[in-house]
Amino acid sequence: MAAVMPAPAASRHLMSGNEAVARAVWEAGVKVAAAYPGTPSTEMLEVISTYPDIYAEWSVNEKVSLEVAIGAAYAGSRAFCCMKHVGMNVASDALMTLTLTGVVGGLVIAIADDVGLSSSQNEQDSRYWGRFAHVPVFEPADSQEAYEMTLAAFELSEQFQVPVILRMTTRINHVKALVTVGERLVRVGPGFKKDPARYVMVPGNAGKRIPLMFKRDGELRALAEQSPLNLIEPGSDRRVGFVTSGPAYMHVKEAFPNAPVLKLGFSWPVPFDKCRELAALVDQVVIVEEVEPLVETELKAQGLKVLGKEIMPLQGELAPAVIKPIIARLLGENVPDSMSPAVAAQVFPRPPTMCVACPHLGVYYTLSQVRNLNISGDIGCYTLGAGHPWQAMDTCVSMGASMGIALGMDKGRGEADKDKRIVAVIGDSTFLHMGMQGLLDMVYNKANVTVLLLDNRAVGMTGGQDNPGNGRDIYGEEAPRIDFVNLVKALGVKEERVHKVNPYELPVLFKTIREEVKVPDVSVIITDQPCVLIKDYHKLKPYEVLDDKCTGCGNCLDVGCPAIHVTRRGKEVKASGREVELAFVRIESSVCTGCGLCVQPCAPDAIQHYAPVSPIKLVKSGEVLA
Amino acid sequence: MTATSNILVVGIGGQGVMTATEILAEAAIALGHDAKKTEVAGMAQRGGVVSSHLRFGPRVLSPQIAPGEADVLLAFEAAEGLRWQHMLRPGAIALVNNSRFVPPVVELGLFDYPDDPVGQMKAVGTHVVAFDATTIALDLGDIRLGNTVMLGAIADHLPFPADSLLACVLKRFEKKGARMVDLNQKAFAAGRAAVGAVEAVTA
Repeated sequence: MAAVMPAPAASRHLMSGNEAVARAVWEAGVKVAAAYPGTPSTEMLEVISTYPDIYAEWSVNEKVSLEVAIGAAYAGSRAFCCMKHVGMNVASDALMTLTLTGVVGGLVIAIADDVGLSSSQNEQDSRYWGRFAHVPVFEPADSQEAYEMTLAAFELSEQFQVPVILRMTTRINHVKALVTVGERLVRVGPGFKKDPARYVMVPGNAGKRIPLMFKRDGELRALAEQSPLNLIEPGSDRRVGFVTSGPAYMHVKEAFPNAPVLKLGFSWPVPFDKCRELAALVDQVVIVEEVEPLVETELKAQGLKVLGKEIMPLQGELAPAVIKPIIARLLGENVPDSMSPAVAAQVFPRPPTMCVACPHLGVYYTLSQVRNLNISGDIGCYTLGAGHPWQAMDTCVSMGASMGIALGMDKGRGEADKDKRIVAVIGDSTFLHMGMQGLLDMVYNKANVTVLLLDNRAVGMTGGQDNPGNGRDIYGEEAPRIDFVNLVKALGVKEERVHKVNPYELPVLFKTIREEVKVPDVSVIITDQPCVLIKDYHKLKPYEVLDDKCTGCGNCLDVGCPAIHVTRRGKEVKASGREVELAFVRIESSVCTGCGLCVQPCAPDAIQHYAPVSPIKLVKSGEVLA
Repeated sequence: MTATSNILVVGIGGQGVMTATEILAEAAIALGHDAKKTEVAGMAQRGGVVSSHLRFGPRVLSPQIAPGEADVLLAFEAAEGLRWQHMLRPGAIALVNNSRFVPPVVELGLFDYPDDPVGQMKAVGTHVVAFDATTIALDLGDIRLGNTVMLGAIADHLPFPADSLLACVLKRFEKKGARMVDLNQKAFAAGRAAVGAVEAVTA
């Protein structure tokens, strides 16, 4: 993305939490910002990359992005990195020692928790990283707070020389609300000052830093007690008082406008005295937090009598409609009908689908046609291969896990699986993120696994971001492009076991997979066609179904392309007496991009290039050519 | 309407639901309201369900509309209207594009598409105005105008004048030239007229 003129100071804009953080990062005078894409965090870095005078990068994974930010902060510049909740698991190795060295330039880590699992493999509560790593945590409740707390987090980070976590959730990252923006701070960092006792974390040095970390904990707690980010709103209905943070604060205010509330914006270390102050005001205290009982557990350990997850859900998003009936029951009130969830109509599910002409369609159609496979999958659009009609993925755990899990399935196979072929499926960006090490492990430990490396030249699921596999950087400018064939060979895969295949050529793909799964070695089959949503993809002439030729066999439906629609269904009794279901189809030619995948399994050759009705006919020697 | 207005816009990933809601939010803000817009859209790009919530008023707290509290439901697809009708408060209106977008799970025979989603909505007493925004857009020459047709459809069911919304729609297309502005103006008017025509018949 090209740099744009940032909006003037004091102007007000409708901004998502991600856009608000990006603006604050720019205003804070940050010099380096790094991230790996991940819903719901992705837009923070995308937007940062549009601002001038700030270096932004897509890193290969979250750990590297944090390390890049650490380096910049050691050098005295302000630095930022962001990630989704599971990304912090990857980056945590660096965080747990960063907390000992601390920083010079301010360093803020924004972690986006996908509460409610809109696009994730699990639900985590990233506030625990604050407790685990002894670093402060801020929790904004809307876009304006996300903006203000990002600025405050850089100040706190420099004041205590500590990284600060900005804990966000989907309802902060993706909600758009009004934000009043400010000026950019011009900041000149002091440069890197050598200090091995501080930056070289060998046991002798690290041991001396640990007491400093605990001392800092105490100072931060004292500050949290006084912080304007932790505010008691005394209210008038003293029957129940709430301790709450993040989006849950807005839900509580909406549901109980007159109740006393302690809003925790600076939520770690927990300000115990502030909580006691609220408890003294009310009959009982209820903790309303997404997701885990973190504040609740801390307060109970302090001997405070509070209610939390005994009555509140442990999973998913909170909302006024969730909280209201719970509190009504607590107070012994009747739950009126209007508080009970209205009954929703039973409608078919509409799971996400692969795109029309997606190159992964060819891969999964082929895998669904090969028998006797156990398929270890990974994270990306291609995880959809686990669904209908292919059902060609058997596991999905974490980024890059397809490699190690395939190796473990191979080595751990029981008698029942002795003839099973083990296949791993991984995308290009996931492979570069955390798959390479697993492949090396497979080679080193002599696995019998066939790897399908789906190179579509983009981080597809998060919106087609660039990565080292496609030769472009975050600004869309040319960057060194990794050669996957050479890369996997360098990791030790034998030359004759590496194949590059066009996933739209189904017979070639089928033959290659069937042959490689029989070889007791590590094979890598690389598919090399781009994501249909990026500019590398070129549309071809669309297809249509000739109605009089379609026999209703339904083979094309097994490809799983959303452009194919059933026009009518029927039944046919075969010579053998078996009754088969028929599905006659049409192709939505306006969205078909002519990949030709459905043409290949079509038995009666009923799929032809779309010939729009045209008044122009070419006439030559009396023959109609067109 | 109550102090806070709740507009629910629903459809399928890729239909422009989120953009439409954003334009509605811009119109509300231009008139001095506070506003919050939210949706869960992580995987929605892949043809999944999208529901976008817009709340506006003097001060908006929670961004989510509770079931039974939406003032207007604007549905970009028929079955999606049915899926979300329980979000409407009693007596509120649903504006539904009755063109159908049938997903692969239905084509594979795993689930059925309802025979008459709009009829089902009416059967439980929902006030539904159904019209064919897709055909209106195609008649104007471009299916992408469907988004503006939908915004035209809701224009007379908001607590502010239709022209305020139209101005925000056209602002989006200013840079794309006079022809795009003109086409979108027509699409907006056609959406308004389509809803008006249905209401005139049923009134």
